[in-house]
Amino acid sequence: MDNMTLIAIASIVTAGLTIALGSIGPALGEGRAVATALSSLAQQPDAATTITRTLFVGLAMIESIAIYCFVVSMILIFANPFWNYVIALNAGK
Amino acid sequence: MRLSPDEMIFWQHGFIKLNGTIAFTWGLMFVLAVGSKLITRNLSRELKRSRWQNLLEIVVTGIEKQIEDVGLRHPKKYISFLGTLFLFVALASLCTVIPGYEPPTGSLSTTAALALCVLVAVPFFGIEEQGLGGYLNSYVEPTIIMLPFNIISELSRTLALAVRLFGNMMSGTMILAILLTITPFIFPIAMSALGLLTGMVQAYIFSILAAVYIAAATRGRKAKPMQEIKA
Repeated sequence: MDNMTLIAIASIVTAGLTIALGSIGPALGEGRAVATALSSLAQQPDAATTITRTLFVGLAMIESIAIYCFVVSMILIFANPFWNYVIALNAGK
Repeated sequence: MRLSPDEMIFWQHGFIKLNGTIAFTWGLMFVLAVGSKLITRNLSRELKRSRWQNLLEIVVTGIEKQIEDVGLRHPKKYISFLGTLFLFVALASLCTVIPGYEPPTGSLSTTAALALCVLVAVPFFGIEEQGLGGYLNSYVEPTIIMLPFNIISELSRTLALAVRLFGNMMSGTMILAILLTITPFIFPIAMSALGLLTGMVQAYIFSILAAVYIAAATRGRKAKPMQEIKA
């Protein structure tokens, strides 16, 4: 198996695994966050605006972990430096 | 597959490129500036006012109230910065309904620039409120051992701001592009609506996080008792 094939296989498999494993954690975390927010809303409906705003801010912070994994996955597929290098190497041959 | 509006090049002269990001950013700036100038030409204080003035008043008072809720006590000092952040990112996301438009926040350069603005603004407002010594003291706040961690957290917050906004905007446009090649008609419209929603939420998140960071930098220790009484 030459370099090109190896790099292609590694990039594609890693990209898929990155986004697959990387979305499990944030999804669970966001579920727990919303569940707790809903129960505290039920306990204190007066603080609805504060709870909602804090919930959204917290969700955005949790979501950014999934976004990091997504960005890494996109880089591996579309802007892969090793792939470009190997392509340039083989085009030069 | 186009990863960002950086790759839409309209005009090139050797090294200097006019790409989609620059063109759309300037277009947004033009719309915001000229629109506000036109609407605020004849402001009226009576009950009868134009609908555009009403719209702007709703937006401005809404942002002011949000800034106050976060804990910044004089929202007028910060509303120019935070309001601009919100309006720019929100308009950049709303305009995706215009065909041929790509949000400039889908390029890492734009979001990195916005995050760098926040990185500079936080010490600026902190020093303005607490003085240089007071602000620098906040870095050694619990103990001196926390100094490197506070510095690292400052930098990583900026990075997180940039990547969060970039990731959300880019994923929105990319999902749309991919879906258009698979199911051309109904599903991309639903995803485009979802993209609009996440764009507005991300605009809100960006400005609220900037407000929270500024509030943490300008808080100081003496402000705490007053906040407890207010609550």
